[in-house]
Amino acid sequence: MLTSRFSRSAGLLLGLAVVAAAFAASLMLGSTDIAPSTFLGALLHYDPSQVAHIIILRERLPRAVIAALVGASLAIAGALMQTMTRNPLASPSLLGINAGAMFFVVVAISLLPLHTPGQYIWAALLGALVAAGLVVALSRGRQGELSPLRVVLAGVAITAMFVSFSQGLLIIDQQSFESVLYWLAGSVSGRELSLVVPLLPFFAIALVLCALLVRHANALMLGDDMVKGLGMRAGTIKLLLGLAVILLAGSSVALAGMIGFVGLIVPHMARGLFGVDHRWLLPASALLGASLLLLADVASRFLMAPQDVPVGVMTALIGTPFFIYLARRKQA
Amino acid sequence: MSDSPSLPASLRRTGRDSTAGLMTRSAIIAALLALVLLASIALSLTLGSFPTSFADVTKALVAPQNSDIAFIVWELRLPRILLAVLVGAALAIAGAILQGIVRNPLASPDVIGITSGAAMAAVVFLALFTASLSIHWLPAAALLGALLSALLVFLLAWRHGITPTRMVLVGIGLSAAMSAVTTLVIVISDDSSAMVAYVWLTGSLYAAQWQDVLGILPWLLVAVPLCLTQARQMDAMALGDQVAQGLGVNVLRSRLLLMACSVALAGAAVAFAGGLSFVGLIAPHIAARLVGRSFTRLAPIAGLVGALIVLYADLLGRVAFLPKDLPAGIFVSGVGAPFFVYLLHRTRYHRH
Repeated sequence: MLTSRFSRSAGLLLGLAVVAAAFAASLMLGSTDIAPSTFLGALLHYDPSQVAHIIILRERLPRAVIAALVGASLAIAGALMQTMTRNPLASPSLLGINAGAMFFVVVAISLLPLHTPGQYIWAALLGALVAAGLVVALSRGRQGELSPLRVVLAGVAITAMFVSFSQGLLIIDQQSFESVLYWLAGSVSGRELSLVVPLLPFFAIALVLCALLVRHANALMLGDDMVKGLGMRAGTIKLLLGLAVILLAGSSVALAGMIGFVGLIVPHMARGLFGVDHRWLLPASALLGASLLLLADVASRFLMAPQDVPVGVMTALIGTPFFIYLARRKQA
Repeated sequence: MSDSPSLPASLRRTGRDSTAGLMTRSAIIAALLALVLLASIALSLTLGSFPTSFADVTKALVAPQNSDIAFIVWELRLPRILLAVLVGAALAIAGAILQGIVRNPLASPDVIGITSGAAMAAVVFLALFTASLSIHWLPAAALLGALLSALLVFLLAWRHGITPTRMVLVGIGLSAAMSAVTTLVIVISDDSSAMVAYVWLTGSLYAAQWQDVLGILPWLLVAVPLCLTQARQMDAMALGDQVAQGLGVNVLRSRLLLMACSVALAGAAVAFAGGLSFVGLIAPHIAARLVGRSFTRLAPIAGLVGALIVLYADLLGRVAFLPKDLPAGIFVSGVGAPFFVYLLHRTRYHRH
């Protein structure tokens, strides 16, 4: 683990370099490999008559931006949830938040004339909120404490509920097959950069919230009483952090569907490297999450080439061994 | 330990009920539910896209002749209804066992990977083997998937013995991976076989045949009596492993045996009807509210409730949206999931 301020700063810089490298790999590697010079050319003097330029700006660049954004957001959301519930298994996918957002998006697309992420983001946020509320309400014990196994089981039941609702909708309305499959599987491809822009404020608000509450999050980890020393009630902090989680997870789902395990694994890796202090943990989670999803997306292009594997499938396959390791380790 | 006065009377009296009154009450409830089930079967036989009167159905049942009605009743409706009843009962009892073992009313056969293992096997079968093998092998493939995944969960969760919590967590993790593979196979296969796979995943009794009924029956006939022999051990384990051991229960052996019953029941049900989620969650809940959590009383009632749920879900799918025949799973989860949330909210303070 990195302990000194200097080594942690160096670690974060290294993480930034890894993100940059993964980002570059995502732009260049794929069914057509693209040379760095062509990439610079596409950025500096875009020429719509060149196929390589079109691939870069219309397909590769949005894909890399979305992967980095969603990976970082899910990782931060997972870290916050693990702190709030004091449960190492908490994450947006496991506790049903992703599934809730996904179901509401699917309903919005099939029943209402909403077509772009900027339009159905509200459905995603509402779904994330409903799912989170249900899980918290169901897993509260008598004194309002969240029992770890019960949280996880409630999350699984809520996920199962929203997934089977979506499947039912899909069978009744077969027109929406392709789109539902996209949300269920989780994918960062097939989106234009202009569709990402309306969602940026949501990510930004969440990040500002995290930055303002980072010391409170540290206190929350030690116990609800510690937060009072900072002049705020634990309930208020949890509500605000919960809002950040819902903004991050809901916007991620609106962009890329259900992508699991990033929010679960990455905070553990970040904690192992940088320790539990949220001032380091949150940026580290963001960088590691972005790199993980970028690399998973690059790998997904080659796993069954020429077919793209949905990146959500990739993360689930990478994440499961880690999850089982955590589950086995938890109580010896 | 065994003379401890604080132990519930039910444990000292080998799992029997503490009072005769409770037993009578649950016997009456069981009899009532059985009557309702029979009436529902009769009702379900008369309803369908081809209108049939009760008299016609009775005549076709008692003295089958070579008529359209006899064919519809005997070959189309009866096997489908019976399969619904058996599948519902199997899932409900599997759920009751699992909730008992895990000591948590939120557990269901889904969480230890049975459903997702069966789903993965079924989808892989549909995508890769339908060209070379008959579709009749689908239940066998799904059953194999369910059993193998349960075994895998068990092996991965093994660490100087097995704890329910670890088993559930490993099951959830493995389910996620298997669902990912299922999604992957659906994404890469063509649209028509993907749709077949999707209907299967939702859970459907469409085109059930007598051979399906005969296929699932042996599993129930073996597993249900077997799990009832462990009823006393189950009730003891509900108080915690240490108490159960103090009462002379071989916890590991009983748990393995009960797990095997649960896997066999859920696996067989999923193999023949696909992923009918929530029956295994809801039915034991309803049964527990009626007769309590003592397993000897709980299991039969849960089975009857489960049978009724699947029967009515399938009936709705068959007749409510004619000419469409919608999968029963849509109604099971559409009504079952919100109901489950409500139940959970009501009972959340009672256990754990």
